[in-house]
Amino acid sequence: MEDIEAVALLQDPVRRRLYEFVVGRGREVGRNEAAEAVGVGRTLAAFHLDKLVDGGLLEAGSRRLSGRSGPGAGRPAKVYRRSGVERGVSLPARDYRTVAGLLAGVAERAGLDREVQEAARREGAALAAGAPCGDLDALAKVLEERGYEPVREGGAGEAREAGQGGGGEVLRMRNCPFHAVAEGFPPLVCGMNLALLEGLVEGSEGVRVRMDPRPGSCCVVAEPSKNNED
Amino acid sequence: MTASEDLRAGFHLAQFNVGTLRYPLDDPRTADFVAALDPVNALADGAPGFVWRLVEEGQADATGMRPAGADVIINYSVWESPEALWDFVYRTVHLETMRRRREWFERHVEAHLVLWWIPAGYVPTVEEALERLDLLRSQGPSPRAFTFSSSFTAEEAAAHEAAAHEVVDEEGAAGAEPAVL
Repeated sequence: MEDIEAVALLQDPVRRRLYEFVVGRGREVGRNEAAEAVGVGRTLAAFHLDKLVDGGLLEAGSRRLSGRSGPGAGRPAKVYRRSGVERGVSLPARDYRTVAGLLAGVAERAGLDREVQEAARREGAALAAGAPCGDLDALAKVLEERGYEPVREGGAGEAREAGQGGGGEVLRMRNCPFHAVAEGFPPLVCGMNLALLEGLVEGSEGVRVRMDPRPGSCCVVAEPSKNNED
Repeated sequence: MTASEDLRAGFHLAQFNVGTLRYPLDDPRTADFVAALDPVNALADGAPGFVWRLVEEGQADATGMRPAGADVIINYSVWESPEALWDFVYRTVHLETMRRRREWFERHVEAHLVLWWIPAGYVPTVEEALERLDLLRSQGPSPRAFTFSSSFTAEEAAAHEAAAHEVVDEEGAAGAEPAVL
């Protein structure tokens, strides 16, 4: 299926709500759960979810939702999560990824990490001039608009157990907007991303950002800066 | 277990990289790097899929070994899979030191990291690591010496080696079997 056809699948409002629900959960979602959340019947939800799988927007798997196994555990349920496939449509056709990859490769070979970081910091500060990010809420709004999919995580106990110090909540980002280029040049592009976000919160006393990479998400977290002075 | 998983279980991935220091390790400008060594090495030792890393006798790491040049430090480790190595290198706080690499290391003009497959349980030597890096630098990526962006599977490396052996056998020069792929 071509990108434009896959994206057009989301024109159906029910299908779009189902897609957004699955993406927003950040984990595997069963048919019943999705149907209830969107307020449609299970059969209709299943139909639309499978359409989204056909279009490569979601991936399907199976899981025993009951937690039991062996005889009597029942048939594994079909579950859905966001697909790793990227879909994009640009009209007229544009190809910024090739440009980004080429430029990143040159910057990598030339060892320009610090120059790239400095430019990113200035860019972040310029963005913040129009939309100040003085606290976690304001930053979350800007990051949401920029596609990072920020989610609040970590009560006091959870963060301390994980050895994160602080003990407060953090803003973690489920999506890396620079994923394809970052995979090709992680130190260069992740360093650039951190500097961009540092620029965004520059001068703010309420929030700071730092690197805390995990498999499968953006490598930066934001947190209230008062939690890091201990 | 499929045939491919079975083959993979029999092999581990060796990783060797070099970095040319801008300043000596005891220079204040390198202090943050040196301070990160112990915690990052401890993180590696406990990382999923970690098998082995080179440590100088009586030391905590291999930064005192300089087989590639007086100002070139080496990093040498073995992992269960490329994914395990990738997740450690780029998806843990190790990335924080990578982000600051240009503060401490010269940019690399040539390849600085090489990967290759070894039989599980085998402890590779520094000599062969230098050979693999030379091979990558002189001939580009191959199943015997590759990088993350030009990766080969253990299967491909085994097939490559089997093909090389056939040629050797036909020439009647068999018997010089290499210890690693």
